[in-house]
Amino acid sequence: MTTSTGTGTGPRALARQRRRASVARFWRQYRAERAGLYGLAVLALCALLALFAPLFVGSDVSSVTDAPGRPMQSPSAEFPLGTDQFGRDLLGLVIWGSRVSLLVGLLAAVLSVAIGTLIGVTAGHFKGWYATVMMRVTDWFLVMPTLVLAIALATVMSRSLTTTVIAIGVTTWPTTARLVRAQTLAVETRPYIERAKALGGGHWHIMSRHVLPNVMPLVLAQTTLIISSAILAEATLAFLGLGDPTVVSWGGLLQDAREAGAVSAGDWWYLVPPGIAIAVVALAFTLCGRAVEAVLNPRLGVSR
Amino acid sequence: MTADATPALVEDRQTAAGPRVRERSAYPRYLAGKVAGAAVSLLAVLVTSFFLFRLIPGDPVKTMTGGRQVSAEQLAAYREEFGLDLPLWRQFTDYSGKALTGDFGTSYQFRAPVVDKITEALPNTLLLTGTAFVLYTALGIFLGTRSAWRRGGLGDRVNTGLALTLYSIPSFWLGLLLIIVLSVGIGPLPGLFPTGGMESGGEEGFAYVLDVAHHLVLPVVTLVAVEYGQTLLVTRSALLDEMGSDYLTTARAKGLRDDLVRRRHAVPNALLPTVTLIFINLGRTVAGVILVETVFSWPGLGGLFYQALSVPDLPLVQGLFFVFAAAVILMNTLADLVYPLLDPRVAR
Repeated sequence: MTTSTGTGTGPRALARQRRRASVARFWRQYRAERAGLYGLAVLALCALLALFAPLFVGSDVSSVTDAPGRPMQSPSAEFPLGTDQFGRDLLGLVIWGSRVSLLVGLLAAVLSVAIGTLIGVTAGHFKGWYATVMMRVTDWFLVMPTLVLAIALATVMSRSLTTTVIAIGVTTWPTTARLVRAQTLAVETRPYIERAKALGGGHWHIMSRHVLPNVMPLVLAQTTLIISSAILAEATLAFLGLGDPTVVSWGGLLQDAREAGAVSAGDWWYLVPPGIAIAVVALAFTLCGRAVEAVLNPRLGVSR
Repeated sequence: MTADATPALVEDRQTAAGPRVRERSAYPRYLAGKVAGAAVSLLAVLVTSFFLFRLIPGDPVKTMTGGRQVSAEQLAAYREEFGLDLPLWRQFTDYSGKALTGDFGTSYQFRAPVVDKITEALPNTLLLTGTAFVLYTALGIFLGTRSAWRRGGLGDRVNTGLALTLYSIPSFWLGLLLIIVLSVGIGPLPGLFPTGGMESGGEEGFAYVLDVAHHLVLPVVTLVAVEYGQTLLVTRSALLDEMGSDYLTTARAKGLRDDLVRRRHAVPNALLPTVTLIFINLGRTVAGVILVETVFSWPGLGGLFYQALSVPDLPLVQGLFFVFAAAVILMNTLADLVYPLLDPRVAR
């Protein structure tokens, strides 16, 4: 499937051809992971729902002033999931909340993995005092209780989505940094790195052209797994009242429910949907991440 | 959110610790190094806990007085009482000097020494996390072993699937659901357990113990449900790594029963990497208990942290932050110290 497309003979065309072939091979192996496929399907569905949410629910779904129903109605034909304490439609809110929860989860994971990859690759490439200092910093972040640190960061900054993204991203990168550094060290012992150095390749060339493409698969798996924990962390922060109070998110809905007394009133229908949404999306990302890991690391794949 | 950190730690320790300490019976040096490392980490936490929370915008004295009308003299008096009139570096030297002697200042909110509030809440947290820890570790190891031994079977798939699902559930949500279903009761279902707190009050002796146990059930169930999955998965993959080993083939060739091969030969070896995880988990559970304690109004450190955050009660937040971080560091260090005793290859 690769020969027909790669008509050019230059190194670029060759590289592109190889990349396409490896993506195809990856996909072929990924398809064998059934749980990973389920996860992917669920994620695709959620992404579509979040992207096209404005088509199903108006952007005024979170408006308190012109809410369509009476407060705290249990599920009915008109409001399939009931209404909240302001009479807002809960189904609409859960769909609308997916936008913030997914976005924050993705951004936080990207930030976390970006920091981790940057520090991991540079600490693996430049040895000496730079690597020592960076790994000390990483170790130090690693022993900090992540959730407590994230809560602390979210407390000292203003309540906004940026704060949540930063609080999660800044506290979860050390694992990635360690994994990426180990992989970088392994890659740098290979002969072609020596060849690149002998031909005059600089630090930037080696890191961006040789090391980075080799750690990318690892980074991909790591991102998928971190998104799952980032979504959980976002919900946690929002539940503790540390999220942006002006937007609708799944964790924020749970906090609203608790504050409205849904727990003591036994209004389970208010609490169940946002929690299930969080769990389903987090599980889907975990399944995808495990499938990617299994494909990339066949030794693990066999054992799982 | 920290689950994926631990396996990496384990792997890293195995690969990195070997060459670092080379000569034989280097345990004393290894031990000294680890303890020194932990001390440095603790100092770093102390510095962080001071400067991080100074970033909170707003005047702590204003927060303390809760927006009441207070005269300038009174504000100045408060400043002096809490040492807030001093320059930042003086505050820091005062703070760290006192913290090293175990004095974390006075809580704004309770007007009591932070240390007293913490020592008051600590036993409750230890009771909750200790009970949950023992249960989820036992459950995780038991199910993980069974899962690995019958890999790919129905039991394995159900076990791993359930563990992954529970692992993806936010602990506070599970807690709230349990309260609704089992404490408040839905429809005809009566409330079986108390909705929160640690005791009903007025009980004594054995009745008191039973009462506390009754209050303990739901928080412990919540913690066990969200935590056991990780132990299960790590135990399972550790055992799977061992299963191809030659010594197991030898054991089978000797004619040992399958059950004996598993219990006497495979599991003890497979548990080695799990030991590290177990210690680290204990530290993390103490720190991660904030949500469960908040949801169940359990009078422990986590609930206290939540209360302190909402004010924000600076000295109390700082003190608790230090305790949480110290718990994790302590447990990591313990894991480092115990591991070479179990597996001498590490400190060689």
